[in-house]
Amino acid sequence: MSATRTPPRAARRERLVGRLATLGPGLGYLTVFMLVPLALVLGYTLFHRGRFGGIVYEASADNYTRVADGLYLGVIWTSVKIAGITTLLALLLGYPTAYLIAQLPRAWRTVALVLVVLPFWTNFLIRTYAWIILLNSEGIINRALTGLGIIQRPLELLYTQGAVVGGLLYAYLPLMVLPLYSAIERLDPQLREASANLGARPARTFWSVTLPLTLPGALTGCVFVFVPSLGNFVIPELLGGGRTVMVGNLIRDQFLKARDWPFGSTLALIVIALLVLLLMAQAWAARRLTDGTDRA
Amino acid sequence: MTEPLVRIEAVSRRFGEIRALEQVSLEIRQGEFFALLGPSGCGKTTLLRILAGFEHPDSGSVTLDDADLLAVPPHRRPVNLMFQSYALFPHMNVAKNIAYGLEREHLPKAEIRERVDAVLATIGLTGLARRRPNQLSGGQRQRVALARAIVKRPRLLLLDEPLSALDKKVRAEMQLELKRLQHEVGITFVVVTHDQEEAMSLADRVAVLSEGRVRQIDAPVPLYERPADLFVADFIGANNLVTGMVGADGLQVPGVGVLPCPVPAAAVGRAATLAVRPERVRLGTEGGLAGVVRDVTFFGGTTRVAVDVTGLDRPLLATVAGATAVALGDKTRVDWSASDAMLLGND
Repeated sequence: MSATRTPPRAARRERLVGRLATLGPGLGYLTVFMLVPLALVLGYTLFHRGRFGGIVYEASADNYTRVADGLYLGVIWTSVKIAGITTLLALLLGYPTAYLIAQLPRAWRTVALVLVVLPFWTNFLIRTYAWIILLNSEGIINRALTGLGIIQRPLELLYTQGAVVGGLLYAYLPLMVLPLYSAIERLDPQLREASANLGARPARTFWSVTLPLTLPGALTGCVFVFVPSLGNFVIPELLGGGRTVMVGNLIRDQFLKARDWPFGSTLALIVIALLVLLLMAQAWAARRLTDGTDRA
Repeated sequence: MTEPLVRIEAVSRRFGEIRALEQVSLEIRQGEFFALLGPSGCGKTTLLRILAGFEHPDSGSVTLDDADLLAVPPHRRPVNLMFQSYALFPHMNVAKNIAYGLEREHLPKAEIRERVDAVLATIGLTGLARRRPNQLSGGQRQRVALARAIVKRPRLLLLDEPLSALDKKVRAEMQLELKRLQHEVGITFVVVTHDQEEAMSLADRVAVLSEGRVRQIDAPVPLYERPADLFVADFIGANNLVTGMVGADGLQVPGVGVLPCPVPAAAVGRAATLAVRPERVRLGTEGGLAGVVRDVTFFGGTTRVAVDVTGLDRPLLATVAGATAVALGDKTRVDWSASDAMLLGND
């Protein structure tokens, strides 16, 4: 017996080697491209910029007191607000879209989903420039409206917060629709039948059964939209015309224009911390919604 | 008690080329335990979904208490369904699942709590009111599904394959409990099942369906003893079926001989099938047909013996009480009384 069986220590070593072989590449990648840069960012926040750029390695908490300045907090707040409005609008638009797609006959669902992701096949910058052509004071929308005599002077559509929200919404709506669709499609249709059978009108069934059971999907969609919206700097630059500065623009400018890496790192770290908090809240809420115990 | 509660008349439903229901007519009486029995694809589930309001027939009528049921939307019907998969709401605990239907009636909170507590006591799950469905065993989930349906005090309770997801022991328990409950609450039960034992043991009356048509509606005993056609004879219980030509003194089977059975004068000269139940078949040393024992299966109380008879393509089955003296390979003779057999037309 003992001859055919591997001794325990060798077995354990074999298992460890096996685990390293499968986890190793992923762990290595994360270490080199995430943990090390993150540690660098964290390290930089403690130093300050030299007179000609570069970094002076004298530890202080100056960067953090500087962030507490109303100007920077204001930018962070504006960013959170814009990303939040974008996320809310994406949810309000994305839920009915995902719901209707899930009701389509099976073959048409695939077509609809392909249409939803189709814009991703075109370059992101080109799509954003297309919005400039649409919203511009000499753009298609304004010319159509003046041509029809609905307005006398062109509306100021471009270079507003609304344009930024619209651009972000346009860019990230599919990221809301896809997880929502998968949650709605997975929902057992018999649960809705059971609700009707127990006397619930369709609207009641939606509020009491469909919506609560698809909330985890909605939360995932919200994170998928909020996270890239918060950090985006291309759309505020192109559609906001530099008038709407979001925290992404601020960070980029610190690194590339002001050459103040330590302060840029500090801002980046704060955004990362915000997002980590958000992800934790989402994970907690999702667990709360789906786990078996009832704490109410 | 014998008032018809539900009248189903000439109901047909097609899905593309498939005829799920074809001119189905039947009545379900007030207070009875009715079973819709048939193999999968016979249309029984479609009929159940029509009663619940999830399907609509192409033609025909359904009334409940003499009022048109088809005109009523599903959420207004006094009909509750226990789903085969139970369809419990996973995000609500047991008490909330059960209260859901009562809340839709806008009853006072105190009354809802009272009725939920009462039904929990009836099904024996009082301690589990705050559990979520995924913390329950299969049998417990089934009880919750049942409680959720009966707490509404419907005129008609539909049960879709109620015992199919349970293991054998829990099944027997639930079977008894369903019957007890039905007596206790006095609601009319309609159970859909493909399991003939389940239908026979639970129901007062059984409708046998096949390919969208009603084959026979009867109480379990007549259904077993006097099947209306070949399908029912074969589907309900074990049966020996032999095809031949009807002669003056029995069924003539080429290469075998004349098999004893009652012969109606009108049937003489036609092709027919003889049906005789295994427990009516005798094994002995004289009379009847000669054969060789092919298989002996001991069930405890009874033994089933399969006998190969020259000229028949299927062995004849005989059920004898207790253990038997015959063994594999023994020569034996197979016989039965003419009055225990019956003739069925070949349609």
